[in-house]
Amino acid sequence: MRSRITVALTGNPNAGKTTLFNALTGSRQHVGNYPGVTVEHKEGLRRHGDYELRIIDLPGTYSLTAYSDEERIARNYIIDEKPDVVVDVLDASNLERNLYLAVQLMELGAPLVLAFNMSDMAKAKGYEFDTAILSRYFGAPIVETVGHKRVGMTDLLAAIIETAIRSEQKKSPTGVDSAGQENLLGPRGRIPVMNYGEELEKEITKIESIMSKRPIEGKYDSRWLAVKLLENDRELRAKVLSAEVNEQTEKSALHIEKMLGEHPETAIAGRRYGFISGACQEAVRSTIEIRHTISDRIDSVVTNRVLGIPIFLGLMYLAFHLTFTLGETPMDWIEACFGWLGGMVTIWWPEGSESLLKSLLVDGIIGGVGGVVVFLPNILLLFLAIAILEDSGYMARAAFIMDRPMHKIGLHGKSFIPMLIGFGCSVPAIMATRTLENRRDRLTTMWVIPLMSCGARLPIYTLIIPAFFPQVWHTPMLWIIYVIGLLLAVMSAKLLRSTILKGESVPFVMELPPYRMPTARGVLIHMWERGWLYLRKAGTVILGISILLWAMTTFPGLPGEQAAQFEKERQGIRIGTMEEEERSTRIIAIDNKEAEAALQSSIAGRIGHAMEPMLRPMGFDWKIGTALIGAFAAKEVFVAQMGIIHSVGETNEASETLREKLKKSYTPLVGFCIMLFCLISAPCMVTIAVTRRESNSWGWALFQLGGLTLLAYVITVLVYQTGRFFGIGIG
Amino acid sequence: MPLTIVQPGRRVRFVSVEAGGDLQSRLAAMGLVPGVEIEVIQNFMQGPFLIEVKGSRIILGRGMAQKIRVA
Repeated sequence: MRSRITVALTGNPNAGKTTLFNALTGSRQHVGNYPGVTVEHKEGLRRHGDYELRIIDLPGTYSLTAYSDEERIARNYIIDEKPDVVVDVLDASNLERNLYLAVQLMELGAPLVLAFNMSDMAKAKGYEFDTAILSRYFGAPIVETVGHKRVGMTDLLAAIIETAIRSEQKKSPTGVDSAGQENLLGPRGRIPVMNYGEELEKEITKIESIMSKRPIEGKYDSRWLAVKLLENDRELRAKVLSAEVNEQTEKSALHIEKMLGEHPETAIAGRRYGFISGACQEAVRSTIEIRHTISDRIDSVVTNRVLGIPIFLGLMYLAFHLTFTLGETPMDWIEACFGWLGGMVTIWWPEGSESLLKSLLVDGIIGGVGGVVVFLPNILLLFLAIAILEDSGYMARAAFIMDRPMHKIGLHGKSFIPMLIGFGCSVPAIMATRTLENRRDRLTTMWVIPLMSCGARLPIYTLIIPAFFPQVWHTPMLWIIYVIGLLLAVMSAKLLRSTILKGESVPFVMELPPYRMPTARGVLIHMWERGWLYLRKAGTVILGISILLWAMTTFPGLPGEQAAQFEKERQGIRIGTMEEEERSTRIIAIDNKEAEAALQSSIAGRIGHAMEPMLRPMGFDWKIGTALIGAFAAKEVFVAQMGIIHSVGETNEASETLREKLKKSYTPLVGFCIMLFCLISAPCMVTIAVTRRESNSWGWALFQLGGLTLLAYVITVLVYQTGRFFGIGIG
Repeated sequence: MPLTIVQPGRRVRFVSVEAGGDLQSRLAAMGLVPGVEIEVIQNFMQGPFLIEVKGSRIILGRGMAQKIRVA
């Protein structure tokens, strides 16, 4: 008997699995890392009695035959990792469909516990379950739970432990079969078996007998494997190398078609439902007939042909509006904090000593990372809004409403949620594409997500727009940028889908969960899951980049004679006669000039100079080029860099001085082009890394990087040259 | 007949779907197997196609609905 038990939570999407997971594990959760982990999962811990349970929340799936990457993750975990207990979370108010997965888990021989979740809704709908009978049918204990009210947790935990113990005993050679299971034990003794009817059983046996001649990987139960092969499970088919087995499978499939008049997959599915139906007829009673629920009524408005899209757009506008307005105060606060932090470090340092370390800390780290963290409130609010919409069930409708317009541009209705997330941060957005089953849809969506102007670009717009455009133009300008991003995304998607990624899109089939009241807990957890990725990016990549950039912009430093020259000037001022104020102003000016000169001769500066010929057609000079180098790694860094290059010293996007400087140095047209270029060009390096991971292809990630940068270049050049030609914005 | 011509409120039985094995299995996993009862909830001309199968609401694209045969 072990004191540590691994428990996998599986079940249909919308069955309340994650809520149950939260109820079981409380705050002892850990969201899986994204780099370098083969299985992405959420883990949590729970102590019960003498046992420590390690609970894994797997993505929702309808069947053990997987159609999307998420489903694949779920199914492979159960089959390969062999957890001690598998808990199938079912929506008890929708039992028959939910039991489809349970049947397959039963066939797999997984140590199973069935959690009839949402049992309060089931009761409300008038259902009554004879759990004893159902338990015998499926060979698993059944616990009725209400996840979001945390009802039934103790019983569930007890059932889990009991199942773990029982399964341990069965494994030992002298193990005794549990009495309660006797009725359904098949010939192999411990796995309840489903009878598929004469024809199918004959073929299954045929395949099995050939398999026994050539053992395939021992981890699969041979009968289960035979059924799966007959079902044409792609992944498992690929794993079977024996030609004989495959041949037999083909033969059997054809035979079934002839004899039963349907594909083996359909026949097998049909039999499973038959089994379920039989069990339910015996054990489930329904007393109330509810026809038109509230959900239906809401839906008739929300998915209405005429009202659907306007309602949707309205909600989106509301979400964004709240994000920007509510986010302001916390953002100011965070900004002040970082400013204070920088100030403290400066003061703490003995005066006069221009330590490199101090510069690294203040300019490099605090400045760089601060610039990212400042946008956290904004992003969290956006994710909060999305979490509320998802948890309430609205998102499913939205995906549907958006499906037709999305199809016209070559995307899928389900693409739109990742794109929405992309307005916050591309990283969780790209990860959200996992729900797209069709690989082509998925790749296309991944490619265009960076064009959804992410939170990191905001400081750039916030810097430039007020610098060049009058007050009344501010909001429209921002809007225009966002819309351009959207338009480009649409066009790129269309282009990709009609050229490289040509092909049929998967027809739209989706379950609509009933509307639910989101819980504060659930929503906050969902919000944090995504927000955390953004923060993590800040803590790791951006920190690293900030340091690197700081190095590139500090070294090799001014050559001795130049430094001496500046010092002489400063001396001159110090001994000169003038007001204190004027003295310090002029010294600061010299300091800034020195910083600018230092930057020019630094590595970054030299690269900027070298790039200048390429930048000219866009109207950029080497200074912008240098700042862009940093931005390539992480967009937020652009503003800080611009500050230094224009010798305004440490600065942020609200800096009046920097804005004035920009206005003097460039035309509004150039300002616009800077924003355009930053909007379109390759997103930060983290995004590329995530694309590569999610698409499993270096090629695609590099194509994204190169393609977007090229697109940015071409468009910016066009805009700039056209603008110049017609004399727009150069006044 | 194709599912698309069934009026809201009517109940029919699923017969078959013109689709590849993958899609058939996918639909089966959601409850759409031969013989199952389908109730049509919503069926506007070019709009959403909403059905109820085994107690769940499923939303279908029109193209999909057209490929489904019912009786």
